[in-house]
Amino acid sequence: MKVAVCIKQVPDTEAEIKWDTEKGVLKRDAIDPITNPFDEFAVEEALLTREKYDCEIYAISMGPEKAQDVLRNALALGVNGVYHILDAQLSGSDTYGTAYALAAAIKKIGDVDIVFMGRQSTDGNTGVVPGELAAILGYTPLTYVAKIREIDFQGKKIVVERAVEGGFEVVEGKLPAVVSVIKGINEPRLPNLMGIRKAAKMEIPKWSCDDLGLEKDKVGLSASATRVVEISVPPPKAQGEVLKGELDEVAETLVSKLLDLKIIK
Amino acid sequence: MGDVWVYIEHKEGFTSPFSYELLGVGKRIAQERGGKVCALVIGENVDSIVKDAFAYGAEKVYLISDSSFKSFRSDLFTKAACTLIEKYGPDIILFRSTTQGTDLSSGIAGKLGVGICADAVNIYHENNVLKMVRAAFGGRFNVTVANERAFPKLVTVRPKAFEMPEKKEGQEGEVVKESLSLSDADSFIKVLDFLKSSVTVNLVEADIIVSGGRGLGKPEGFNLIKEFADLIGGAVGASRAAVDSGWIPYEHQVGQTGKTVKPKLYIACGISGAIQHLAGMRTSDCIVAINKDPDAPIFKVATFGIVGDLYQVIPKLIEKFKAKLGK
Repeated sequence: MKVAVCIKQVPDTEAEIKWDTEKGVLKRDAIDPITNPFDEFAVEEALLTREKYDCEIYAISMGPEKAQDVLRNALALGVNGVYHILDAQLSGSDTYGTAYALAAAIKKIGDVDIVFMGRQSTDGNTGVVPGELAAILGYTPLTYVAKIREIDFQGKKIVVERAVEGGFEVVEGKLPAVVSVIKGINEPRLPNLMGIRKAAKMEIPKWSCDDLGLEKDKVGLSASATRVVEISVPPPKAQGEVLKGELDEVAETLVSKLLDLKIIK
Repeated sequence: MGDVWVYIEHKEGFTSPFSYELLGVGKRIAQERGGKVCALVIGENVDSIVKDAFAYGAEKVYLISDSSFKSFRSDLFTKAACTLIEKYGPDIILFRSTTQGTDLSSGIAGKLGVGICADAVNIYHENNVLKMVRAAFGGRFNVTVANERAFPKLVTVRPKAFEMPEKKEGQEGEVVKESLSLSDADSFIKVLDFLKSSVTVNLVEADIIVSGGRGLGKPEGFNLIKEFADLIGGAVGASRAAVDSGWIPYEHQVGQTGKTVKPKLYIACGISGAIQHLAGMRTSDCIVAINKDPDAPIFKVATFGIVGDLYQVIPKLIEKFKAKLGK
């Protein structure tokens, strides 16, 4: 029994982001990269699944050379194997190109019953890769999962709770499935020192487009239907007003100003 | 150029006015590109949805109605939508960037091998090219992307990014009905149950949100936030710090790793305004900040600010609102 987990390296969510607005690219070197926060929940859910059902875990990341750091972190947490999808031709892939490459990697690993991933990345923020990946692989799409109730690997079934608008939808899905998880599904553990030391020495296998048998016209910047035409800084909000004076007076002013907006009835 | 389709989301036949919100922007783009704005409706017993789609401005409705489409199941709805897309070839399809809109658009994208422009905050047609604006890195940058090639062009749009279209009862148009009957065996998903959330107001659709952060100091602080929110008809939000402290469930979290909201009024209480929080609320129409620290970054995005102890300020505001609203 195998599960896979897809992880992405993203700029630190707390970091100051700098764009080269002339060239339209991100000044990535200036930013500390981290594992996409949502993917940490995916890795933890894979580890919990292994503890309960005794499966193997394979972590995959697609990204530049440096993305191997997030895979090393997964190794330190004890995943069974990792694969780094690394090829200059993949640079600039859109969500479809990304999902297509991930799908090929999952097929190459073979017999994967569940693909865990975060609900979205904090840099791209699209949240569409899990659904696209499921559609490409023909796996059951189970997105926004807040809880896994039960997995029946032999009977090829999984029951999850999905956080949708207004509540939680309880669904049973057939395996294999793509499960995208939300924050709060678990408490991600930290790697221990031994794990980190062990992971530091391990070889990280790399897969190129050719290794994965990817059609070149489906990946990379040239395949992307969308292109960035402008990056701008939104106009600053008009200078706000800090109300000064005695509390009673300040509260009176604010309440009048807010009632004037005719939003509160 | 072809038509602009707008997917009308619903929950077992029930819609909110927001289900129709994209018919407004859809109509504008359709006019700019010389096509029609059409509603895409998939469900069971959806006559009232078809009627409302016309009332909100759809010129045509593409419909698949069958008992197998009672509840939204992304694999079945994807099959239904792809059947219509392959037959009628829309130019653009708009979805809301909700869970349902994201599920369906991504299913279609995967099946048809096209990308998606996700969570657009503006869409326009310029020199025969469709352009979309997305907020990147928590709204600190606007990125404009052009899509000339994809067919169809799939776009998910941030809820409330555009004005609601006007509703005019009695408008009619052509209904293109396609019959497609799928059985449960065609879906890999079985909906077993729905656990309604205790949070009655949907944060994303709320006009007013009162949020609490680390400055509350204790979980009971949210009782005061809730009292204030209830009084002015708002929903309760929270910062990551408050959620991570275990004071309130994650479904209330606003920010980069929580929900992105755009209410008319956002009141931030005891929230310093970390980048990660601002990402989720900075486009709100009016922002009020209540914080002890005059240097808190939240004041930089606030329309109105009060520097002070929220445990003194909020009760005072409650008192004043009660008097003025006669409650």
